[in-house]
Amino acid sequence: MTAVAVPPDADSPACVLDGEGVGALVRELRARGRTVIGPTVRDGAVVLAELESADELPYGWGVELEAGHYRIRRRSDTAAFAHSAGPQSWKNFLHPERVRQWSADRGPDGGVTVRAERPEPTSFAFLGVRPCDLRAIQIQDRVMTGGRHRDDAYEERRSGAFLVLVECTEPGATCFCVSMGTGPAAQPGYDLALTEVLDSAGHRFLARAGTARGAEVLRSLPRRPADDVTRTRAREDVEAAAGRMGRTMPPVDLRALMADSLTAERWDDVAARCLTCGNCTMACPTCFCTTTEDVTDLTGDHAERWRRWESCYDLDFTHLPGGSVRTSPRSRYRQWLTHKLGTWWDQFDSSGCVGCGRCLVWCPVAIDITEEAHALHQEALDRRAGGKDEAP
Amino acid sequence: MTAVPLPYRVVGNRAETTDTRTVELLPVGDGALPAFRPGQFAMLYAFGVGEIPVSVAGLRDGVLTHTIRGVGAVSRALCAVRPGAHVGVRGPFGTGWDLATAAGRDLLVVAGGIGLAPLRPLVQAVVSMPHRHGRLNVLIGARTPEDLLYRDELEGWARPYCGVTVDRAGTDWRGQVGVVTTLLDQATFTPHDTTAFVCGPEVMIRATARELLHRGVPARHIRVSLERNMHCATGHCGHCQLGPLLLCRDGPVVGYDRAQPLLAVREL
Repeated sequence: MTAVAVPPDADSPACVLDGEGVGALVRELRARGRTVIGPTVRDGAVVLAELESADELPYGWGVELEAGHYRIRRRSDTAAFAHSAGPQSWKNFLHPERVRQWSADRGPDGGVTVRAERPEPTSFAFLGVRPCDLRAIQIQDRVMTGGRHRDDAYEERRSGAFLVLVECTEPGATCFCVSMGTGPAAQPGYDLALTEVLDSAGHRFLARAGTARGAEVLRSLPRRPADDVTRTRAREDVEAAAGRMGRTMPPVDLRALMADSLTAERWDDVAARCLTCGNCTMACPTCFCTTTEDVTDLTGDHAERWRRWESCYDLDFTHLPGGSVRTSPRSRYRQWLTHKLGTWWDQFDSSGCVGCGRCLVWCPVAIDITEEAHALHQEALDRRAGGKDEAP
Repeated sequence: MTAVPLPYRVVGNRAETTDTRTVELLPVGDGALPAFRPGQFAMLYAFGVGEIPVSVAGLRDGVLTHTIRGVGAVSRALCAVRPGAHVGVRGPFGTGWDLATAAGRDLLVVAGGIGLAPLRPLVQAVVSMPHRHGRLNVLIGARTPEDLLYRDELEGWARPYCGVTVDRAGTDWRGQVGVVTTLLDQATFTPHDTTAFVCGPEVMIRATARELLHRGVPARHIRVSLERNMHCATGHCGHCQLGPLLLCRDGPVVGYDRAQPLLAVREL
């Protein structure tokens, strides 16, 4: 799917870009015809948007996160990537909210001609992909292109995307990538990986390529060989980040926990708080569910099918002629959580959660996925201790 | 590209009951969809109205046949198509009844209501190859005698038994009244050597499977066709989940050994 991987440090040894190097990177990617998407401050949040230059990066901005809480705040330094997940994720670009799938016309004889939507050739470069979000992209790859039926338009957008990963050195209070095994250090799948270092020796980035096309871009940038101080500092910052996770998941097989918890009492507790608004599914970087809209123009002879995001919290989501299957908020929250942490494995052979914390942050009533998982774990322990173990 | 419908031409549309019609389709151009197997489903698109999943109800002579009950906007529009009109078709999707793995075994086909439609091509296949299987028993439940599908064909399905029961009937009905499982006593089959194929409302599927298990049909040899909200049919939209299953991909036909624990959880 992505360009050929080359062993890091092979023909593209780690090198250092100075503070201006990211500016050169953005210019280089744009010169190669790519649409560069990266973080920028807009409307009181760090959002993902097209960048015309690196000047638009959120230099000196951090974020303050809690369940149900998001604020940007000024930092005492000028770091560009010292913020964790914002309201959007890369799925906004790879699996957009609304796409036309096809259009059809009915002729005077009643004959119907259907035209598949040809995806516009896109050539994204994503700047500032966090390790957790890289995993989220790989999880959506499995969903959209890993099965019997491939989503060609997704494939087109994805295979054209150049991924610049930035390791995480500033996790938020809602982060738990360590529990999910997705970060904060880089894992394979990037074209370029950067680690931002900011100390008395200046603002710079440790950079290495993960693919041949990444190495080619790196070679075209002003750079110097990686020095030991920068390497050590980068490694220490990422290791320190791993120790500063704000949240954890219970250290158990979450898939088994979910399978054992379908009749847990905790669902009633969370259902009393959940508004079934679906914010968590919109913010989640892996949630992929969609619905379709069939529309016609005023003549009635031109029809189109549009696909848009939908949430498993919508009452209509499980609509059948006899009524919806999941009507209670309890069953809809249970569906979301057990799918995310459990049955996703059965369907796509991976977890659906990467530990980015977006679902906590953007929940209007501060429901915390890690707290719910811990509570289900505790209930399972209590059940076992009480001899009421119904697990297989 | 399985997301884009292929135009098919309506070559037949006949009434089965007051609200149910059987529509026959042939490809418009040279290109046709891959061959469907009994138990699989298509996504049928009524121009400008929308798209619904419909099981194949017949496959003879390359004619894609669907029996549709008009209960919503799209199904009513599909029931109203006239010969010559175009319908968009996607497919084939999902698991089939997998008749091949039931070779040599007694067959028990149990249908409730419109659930007979997906079973019809299975029965037709069995009848056309009389020596490949053991005894064929077809048990059909309908709401009333007027709701009975494929009346003219039922006689040919008794190899050796095809029975009908209805929920309620007028004084002119001389047949049986009651739930479909009451017909089991008239069927002849060796339970442990029987493969059952069950389709109908979920409550009927559960009751039938429970009775078959009780009589000694192994759970994995009870194949049930389950219904959830099939939307994309390609495993991408998430609507048709039943616990670990994506029913458009892992179903609609599922062994009862897998289905039983999932159907036991309310609102799963």
